[in-house]
Amino acid sequence: MRTGNAAGQGGAAAQTAAAVPDTVARAAATPDRAQPYAELGLTGAEYARIRQLLGRRPTDPELALYSVMWSEHCSYKSSKLHLRQFADKAPVKGDGEGGGTLLAGIGHNAGVVDIGQGYAVTFKIESHNHPSYVEPFQGAATGVGGIVRDILAMGARPVAVLDSLRFGPADAPDTARVLPGVVAGISFYGNCLGLPNIGGELAFDPCYAGNPLVNALCVGVMRHADLRVAAARGPGNKVILFGARTGPDGIGGASVLASASFGGGEAGKRPSVQVGDPFMEKLLVECCLELSAAGLVAGLQDLGAAGVSCATAELAAAGGSGMAVSLDLVPLRDPSLGPAEILMSESQERMMAVVAPQDVARFTQICARWEVPVTVIGEVTGTGRLEMTWHGEVVVDIAPETAASQGPVYDRPAARPAGQDALLADDPATLPRPAPGPGVLDTLLALLGSPDLAGKTWVTEQYDRHVRGDTVLAAPEDAGVIRVDEQTGLGVALATDGNGRYSRLDPYTGAQLALAEAYRNVAATGARPVAVTNCLNFGSPEDPGVMWQFAETVRGLADGCASLGTPVTGGNVSFYNQTGGLQIHPTPVVGVLGVLADVRHRLSLSFGRPGARVVLLGRTRPEFGGSAWAWVAHGHLGGRPPAVDLAAEQALAGVLATAAEEGLLTAAHDLSDGGLAVALAECCLAGRAGCRVSLPGDAFTACFSESSARAVAEIAPGAEAAFEALCGRRGVPLSDLGTVGGDRLEVAGCFSVPVADLAAVHGRVLPALFG
Amino acid sequence: MTARVGIVTFPGSLDDRDAARAVTRAGGEAVPLWHADRGLHGVDAVILPGGFSYGDYLRCGAIARFAPVMAGLMPAARSGLPVLGICNGFQILCEAHLLPGALIRNAGLRFLDRDVRLRIESTATVWTACYQPDQEITAVLKSGEGLYLAQPATLARLEDNGQVVARYRDGSPNGSARGIAAVANEAGNVVGIMPHPEHAIDPLTGPGADGLGFFTSVVRAMVPR
Repeated sequence: MRTGNAAGQGGAAAQTAAAVPDTVARAAATPDRAQPYAELGLTGAEYARIRQLLGRRPTDPELALYSVMWSEHCSYKSSKLHLRQFADKAPVKGDGEGGGTLLAGIGHNAGVVDIGQGYAVTFKIESHNHPSYVEPFQGAATGVGGIVRDILAMGARPVAVLDSLRFGPADAPDTARVLPGVVAGISFYGNCLGLPNIGGELAFDPCYAGNPLVNALCVGVMRHADLRVAAARGPGNKVILFGARTGPDGIGGASVLASASFGGGEAGKRPSVQVGDPFMEKLLVECCLELSAAGLVAGLQDLGAAGVSCATAELAAAGGSGMAVSLDLVPLRDPSLGPAEILMSESQERMMAVVAPQDVARFTQICARWEVPVTVIGEVTGTGRLEMTWHGEVVVDIAPETAASQGPVYDRPAARPAGQDALLADDPATLPRPAPGPGVLDTLLALLGSPDLAGKTWVTEQYDRHVRGDTVLAAPEDAGVIRVDEQTGLGVALATDGNGRYSRLDPYTGAQLALAEAYRNVAATGARPVAVTNCLNFGSPEDPGVMWQFAETVRGLADGCASLGTPVTGGNVSFYNQTGGLQIHPTPVVGVLGVLADVRHRLSLSFGRPGARVVLLGRTRPEFGGSAWAWVAHGHLGGRPPAVDLAAEQALAGVLATAAEEGLLTAAHDLSDGGLAVALAECCLAGRAGCRVSLPGDAFTACFSESSARAVAEIAPGAEAAFEALCGRRGVPLSDLGTVGGDRLEVAGCFSVPVADLAAVHGRVLPALFG
Repeated sequence: MTARVGIVTFPGSLDDRDAARAVTRAGGEAVPLWHADRGLHGVDAVILPGGFSYGDYLRCGAIARFAPVMAGLMPAARSGLPVLGICNGFQILCEAHLLPGALIRNAGLRFLDRDVRLRIESTATVWTACYQPDQEITAVLKSGEGLYLAQPATLARLEDNGQVVARYRDGSPNGSARGIAAVANEAGNVVGIMPHPEHAIDPLTGPGADGLGFFTSVVRAMVPR
């Protein structure tokens, strides 16, 4: 059955191992056996390092384990040096209850933020880009499933999801394959799981044609006492695997798929995409929460990328005491799986818990009540080693921290791309502008009818935004708002933003603009922004130009968060978003969490009180670099992105939150892509109401500049003086625009258009494209 | 003394807490019922909530219909116990043959979450007694398999008997036959509705409070003043 010398065997370690189990003893006896480290995504130097750490060649299962744990996706080996800034520059939060104090920060499954009244919130955004391109439906579905388990692992009840999506040109044939599949996958998984989808983004650009971005955010709520840590402590405690059985799906998802560029033959990677079962995930959610509430969980970890490898190594490394696991006990969907495949499988809907021996019976009972399969596969030891057996022989014997936290770290070369100066110099100020009057209206209609700015109902209607009954605001509002406490009205607001065009022009500024926009979006609902998560989507880190973009982005985001006093609580890096030489724009997607003391004071973007005054907050400068106008009207990308003024953002957010609490406003909407004209149109469309405004200065600049730190607001009748005084005190510039009323959007001396016409242009784009 | 309304949780039920909240807001007492539990714990009425019971695997409602709790519920419903099936609950009631017809995939083949205007066609059921005849209300449609279908003869009988409880006012967004959104059994104690009234009980979290009438209707009917 077993041969003593497996040298020279071809194929991946996984296949070899199934046929001929490789053991620690055999590895010691056959030091020169060739191993397929390159096929598993490891470099020669990394393989040599593993041999050095172990003092022998790794067994096939060990090689499988290191290959996934040291993958870019799991180890952050190219980004780690930069990401440290998020902790190093983190603002000190000492303002007590509800002020956004971090209860758990970076390095946990997700960061945890105090929101007051004994509640804490955990939230995180993650990419599932590569799987979603290869198999859009399952790729996107399991992206939702994975981030939900991260939140669950912290002890929180997941309460909402958002998704940030980017695709190639809206009319490209491949977008017609990828987008409907991604949306259907998110709809299928999130709806069946019972989580309201409250917002996100949808954007298009040729740079995402071969590399769509599918970033999913989940937010969860817990009482402070429910916070769980992922650590295996207490020798004798049992290691329990529960949830779905392990199958041959998603093998190498983190290494082979997520940590390499595409270069053709993606169909062959389909087995690396996982297959989701949201029904099992729903049972797992309820089961985990009941287990936590019963106090039966000493440590909890989700199984995501790198599956059993990651869960065991991270739990053991965090606990510091060691773990022994029998891989024979892992329940399998396919009995032919060998130890290496079991370690690499990314089968979904699985969790791992550390449980005191006396609690195992009650733990099992609760799992049975939810019909969740449960198996004790090992226990915590005092050896400091992670040991695994297979058919009675030791196949893994490593120091867990070598896999979990001591992987390779690369200081990759970064260089500002040669073409960057020319790009910045290519100022859109020289582009032809529309004729005054009707030309401005035509431009507005072109923007509203462009896929990026068009109505997203075709997508959002496929998502359940009502389930759980706590959704106070959802798309197309600036941020999603979820009620946390029905008695007090405490709630949270969440928004995600990113702008690849700005970041392509200037990644430092682009990152801060993404942060500022998400911050402003949250503020526009009346919430006070308190914390940040991020998903950093980039090309190959082996390209110095990409690495420069990445370094600048992290530096910009860390500096921005320090200025705004909003710490980064966690996030995700997705590299290798490139196909051949075509790489995506650097695309940091920033998620901001805000707190509303009482969601009844939230602000919608809908205009709706005839006669109410409409004002513009903030200062408008002629800024068109990377703007929607330059892109839609001219296909132009160049110049400098809008200037960032974080002090102005803070002042604006303070005004909006205070005004909401004091009932001074009845609507507010942030200004971003497409500027004031698009923002006014969106307020009218949402409220099915018209408005009459007159704009100061040059109409084109007033309508389409994308200067930051701005918002429009509808003042509550009678509160005009109080609101003006508030803006005056906080130093926020206020310009009177006009009043709400009628059924047309009228800009004095410029144009007048029925809101119904705007609705037709805005609404027909996605249905026309996607059916 | 208040009406005790049982709300069944199947594996995969999602809108059970929303149904419980609606019952409480209507002045009733929400009693959780577990799918594996045969007994109904003496409740005055039962709601089968929305969601994806058993993942909607095989066919929506087809597995839930065989849950132990249904063994107790089915004879009780035939004997007059008020039962409301919302969305997935409606599908379960059809699978259990407590209501005629079936629900299949939306005409557009996509899940739809949309506020819809409904017209209450029958106030002769225990769940709609609080509404005015022909009253128009707004509720939340959110389903992938909400197209109501039945044999022509069955549809004609439903119309003749006044068993059509609510209809989509502005055309059927999911292709339902005759725009039917809700139906009752002949006795009027069992009602299935595809849009969610329990998501329309508070303007803060839904399109208004029009849906509350379903819950106040049953609470009032169970506690005669």
